[in-house]
Amino acid sequence: MSSTGDPTVRESPAVAATGPAKDELLATDGLTKKFGGLTAVDTVDFTVEEGELRCLIGPNGAGKSTLLELITGQLSPTEGNIYFDGIELTDRKSHERIDAGISVKFQSPHIYEALTVRQNLKVPLQRTDRETETVLQRTLEQIDLVEQADESAGDLSHGQQQRLEIGMATTLDPKLMLLDEPVAGMSIEETNEIADLIHTLHDDGMAFVVVEHDMDFVREISERVTVLNQGEIFRQGPIDEIENDDAVRRIYLGENA
Amino acid sequence: MSQSTKPFGTLRSIGGRIRAPFEGPNTTGNSTAFWVVFLGAVGFLMMYPQMVNPLVLGDTTRYFALGFLALSLCLVWGFGGILSFGQVAFFGVAGYAWGIISINFASATGMTLGIVGAVFIGTLFSFILGYFMFYGGVRDVYVTIITLVSALVLHTFMAQTAGSQWVIGSARLGGFNGMHSEHFELGIGSTGIVFGGTSPDPILRYYYFVVALLIVTYLALRVLVNSSFGMTMVAIREDEDRTATFGYNVPFVKLVIFTIGGALASLGGVLYTAWGSYISPSVFAITFAALPVVWVSIGGRESLIGVVGATVAIEWMQDSLAGTGSEWAMVIVGGLLVFVILVMPAGVAPQIERAGKWLLEKLPPHSDQQAGEPTSKQTRGDD
Repeated sequence: MSSTGDPTVRESPAVAATGPAKDELLATDGLTKKFGGLTAVDTVDFTVEEGELRCLIGPNGAGKSTLLELITGQLSPTEGNIYFDGIELTDRKSHERIDAGISVKFQSPHIYEALTVRQNLKVPLQRTDRETETVLQRTLEQIDLVEQADESAGDLSHGQQQRLEIGMATTLDPKLMLLDEPVAGMSIEETNEIADLIHTLHDDGMAFVVVEHDMDFVREISERVTVLNQGEIFRQGPIDEIENDDAVRRIYLGENA
Repeated sequence: MSQSTKPFGTLRSIGGRIRAPFEGPNTTGNSTAFWVVFLGAVGFLMMYPQMVNPLVLGDTTRYFALGFLALSLCLVWGFGGILSFGQVAFFGVAGYAWGIISINFASATGMTLGIVGAVFIGTLFSFILGYFMFYGGVRDVYVTIITLVSALVLHTFMAQTAGSQWVIGSARLGGFNGMHSEHFELGIGSTGIVFGGTSPDPILRYYYFVVALLIVTYLALRVLVNSSFGMTMVAIREDEDRTATFGYNVPFVKLVIFTIGGALASLGGVLYTAWGSYISPSVFAITFAALPVVWVSIGGRESLIGVVGATVAIEWMQDSLAGTGSEWAMVIVGGLLVFVILVMPAGVAPQIERAGKWLLEKLPPHSDQQAGEPTSKQTRGDD
């Protein structure tokens, strides 16, 4: 998938009216979120192109999760705007943003433990007009849970539950997938399985924003990296550049690098 | 069974197609054995009036009318995860509404339309209450409190309507003494088929009317909970926040569930009021408000058939105990509730289903019918 996209699709009046550049899928414009005296996200202009795989890193409290929650509508911004796929999302309700094509997996795992794997996938899938059985089977294969399809989701291992949750988010066929720390607490093997899954979906044209602490994992999956620090975009660029940037190493990678 | 599979092959596939919408992961009883027992139980209910005197039949009709109230809480709590303590509020409002309509329009047409009107009024009340709760972000135990308080407020209000100024048309609300409605009739014109009163024929007709409505409602609810909407309900029950992140409009879905529950409770209220031609503020009292929670907890809140069975069984037991002059009925019901919650937290019905499945595996395949026997006790708790 080329990041320039198909120009004929993008020439809609809505795009012209709202202003983001042609190949931008997601754009925030001066996005700010204050909690009382604390500015968690500070005039952030964050853009993601179509089909891009972007990692979002930064020290604890840098505003990564807050930024995700602003994009999904869990939080509403103090100032600034959010544009997605040619429409303005700023005042849209959470479920309308999902319908626009944003899917999300938050940090803490949330699956329906009492339901089977198959039922877990059906819950999001039945909201779409996609061919249920075909998509279900393909998703089960992608997340490698075909044999566990009729088992109770609560009985799965941690890694399997994380894969299931990503699978649930993908059944909505989103244009953009937001993942908050998808490999936290996972073994190396499980981490590799998630990386493979992300690569597969990305190859199909899905754009990603992945919040992650594990730099090996970031190196494994990412094309471009955005570093957040104290609510602001601190650096942005290819992973090699970021890793070798002295200022970034000081604020964030110091203990890891 | 294995030898006779071929000749019945077509029959079985037709049966399977008819059964399909009624079956799914959200209902207990998806086996042939269940449906055989179910049909047997329906047959039994049709024969039942021949076995008992009209007085007992009348009481049984009341148990089934209360079954609607149990089904309403089963749907709202067991499938939607909303523990409402105030289903009796909708039950009572619809009951009073029917009483008022039946007194003011005391013709067959009036009463027939009155059913629709009264159910509509009760449902509208649940819709309004639900709208403010769910769109106001009220959740969990606060919903329980608000619904209970709604019922108690109505109790206090209706109890002080004894004065002659509390009249709607020619219907006196009657305060604590309650309101006597007209005898229930169905039809068009000034007189229709009489369903109320104390003579045997109307009692028999009313019994069949309520039982038929209950069976249709039960089957319709099975279709509902096994549909994709049912899946959404269960998803919201299991994890409300997660379900919202898939783009579900959770307050809206909860409002729909609550309103359907309100409609079921309202229908129960109308049937209950029409049964005795009488309603009083005691339907809003805390004792009565607690009963649906007891029935549903004991029967199994995720089992539609279980809650109806439990309602009939518990009400029958209460009536029987009261008949012997015992004051112990409520104590025994309370003890039963504690016992069930401690020993089988999911209720009786799932245990019976498990026992049924176990028996099916143990017994030779041709004795399907016996294997399902325990389930039938639920439905036949009235005999």
